[in-house]
Amino acid sequence: MTTPDRPRISLLGTSALLFEAPGAFDLPHQRRIWALAATASKWPDIREAIPGITNMMLTFETPPRELDALIAALNDGWDAAEGLAIGGREIRLPVTYGGEIGSSLQSVADHCGLSADDVVSIHAAPLYTVFALGSHPGYCYLGGMDPRITMPRRQTPLQRSAGGSVSIGGSQTGVSASPGPSGWHAIGHTSWTFFDSSWPTPAALTPGDTIRFVIERVIR
Amino acid sequence: MIEILSVTGPASVQDLGRFDQYRFGVGTSGAMDDVALRAGNILLGNDENAAGIEIPMLPFKLRFDRNMAFALTGADVEAEISGRVIPPWWRSRARTGDVLTIKAMPRGARLYLTVGGGIDVPMVLGSRSTQFRGEFGGWHGRPLQVGDILPCAASTATIGELGVEPAEITLARPNTAADETIVRVVIAGEYDGFDAATQALFWSSSWKITPQSNRYGYRLQGPAVKPKAPIEKRSHGIVPGVIQIPPNGQPIIQMRDAQTSGGYPKIATVIGADLWRVGQARLGSRLRFEQTAYTDALAAEAEMSAYLDRLRTNVRLVEETRICRSS
Repeated sequence: MTTPDRPRISLLGTSALLFEAPGAFDLPHQRRIWALAATASKWPDIREAIPGITNMMLTFETPPRELDALIAALNDGWDAAEGLAIGGREIRLPVTYGGEIGSSLQSVADHCGLSADDVVSIHAAPLYTVFALGSHPGYCYLGGMDPRITMPRRQTPLQRSAGGSVSIGGSQTGVSASPGPSGWHAIGHTSWTFFDSSWPTPAALTPGDTIRFVIERVIR
Repeated sequence: MIEILSVTGPASVQDLGRFDQYRFGVGTSGAMDDVALRAGNILLGNDENAAGIEIPMLPFKLRFDRNMAFALTGADVEAEISGRVIPPWWRSRARTGDVLTIKAMPRGARLYLTVGGGIDVPMVLGSRSTQFRGEFGGWHGRPLQVGDILPCAASTATIGELGVEPAEITLARPNTAADETIVRVVIAGEYDGFDAATQALFWSSSWKITPQSNRYGYRLQGPAVKPKAPIEKRSHGIVPGVIQIPPNGQPIIQMRDAQTSGGYPKIATVIGADLWRVGQARLGSRLRFEQTAYTDALAAEAEMSAYLDRLRTNVRLVEETRICRSS
């Protein structure tokens, strides 16, 4: 399970298990995760197969007595997984960078040896793909961030970060859908509804959708 | 119906939780002490998943607007209704207009008020639990406030006074010292990222529960437990009970309102059969972790189920005895 090119499989107590794919944080690997999740969600005693960032959590309806068969099925499933290309919709999201909510803009710039304007233009340049949903209702993890604006997560997570925060955590970026604790660095904010429990599908976005950040304003 | 007359801290409507919405980023919520909520519902002849009120701070006071059965389980309690003392882990009957006053919790951290038929708030995404972050479920997705009037489902059960032994006595763990809770954990993905001395420190330390501990997570204080080299994970799913180690080396136990994913290294996960013990551990008290194997964790869950089965059987036997006597 520790061979570098093999998946890592670890327990999350008795209610869930984590599958981590080997290889890069990129779309081809993520497409294989989507394919594996689609397969695994149909297995008996599995409640949900939840894609993460090139990984997947399985939650159990009933915890398996023996884990060996499940581990073998996951390894085989990964080897067999063809990339599932999801043709999602594209969302344009206006962002105010910096300011009170995006107060970490300068510290990200300092950490990366860039100017705040550089961070903004680098962050707003790519077309991001929704890799996975998680953290809190409606939150999307995005793939496609330029590694030049990578910044490690906080030493100690904040007790409260604002809803709509556009943040960087490690080599990932995303937009919070509601206020709450966070270990990421907020560089801006947006106002958009990502989640409504009364919608038939409560989350607005789904893996495979794409987001383009539009620079509305930069507060320096 | 019941009307909230006085509330301190974030009391909320909770059932056992919302377990199949992770793919939308929705965590489980649900009672921090699921054993206590189940026991209260069993005492009342309810579905075990019926919603009750989780009360983390006192005083708390409410009025019953019709005759109904209710139970208090979870923390030890000093409570009275219209001058009558209500012991912990006890079911009783309220009459229209009766005021229940809950004054103190001498032990434990959370009290559960269950009512015959359950608190009848709408099911949202498969559960009646309050989702604080998403502001839905429970009572308008928020903590209870003075003046809230909660609907209660009809219950046909005819019920007399009855008490049961608290779970903390029946399911007591050996070698438990006063003011220290021992919880069993299964090691998690990054355990091997810590050297042997640090692993030993994790097991031997008595971890203090800081005031920054709540339904989201328990932040612990003790010696810094740091991995051999910094670990920055790609975000992945996590569940209540997961113990993360942020870079400051102070563990955080994810609880019922935790985020559904994270990236800090995970050293271990509190087993399902012991998570309620964490939920009943008070701020300022101490926790110690005990390593257990996956199969032993399953056995501990079976033991907990057997306890609840016995409770169900005993409650039914009491009812049958009453019916025999009265007929």
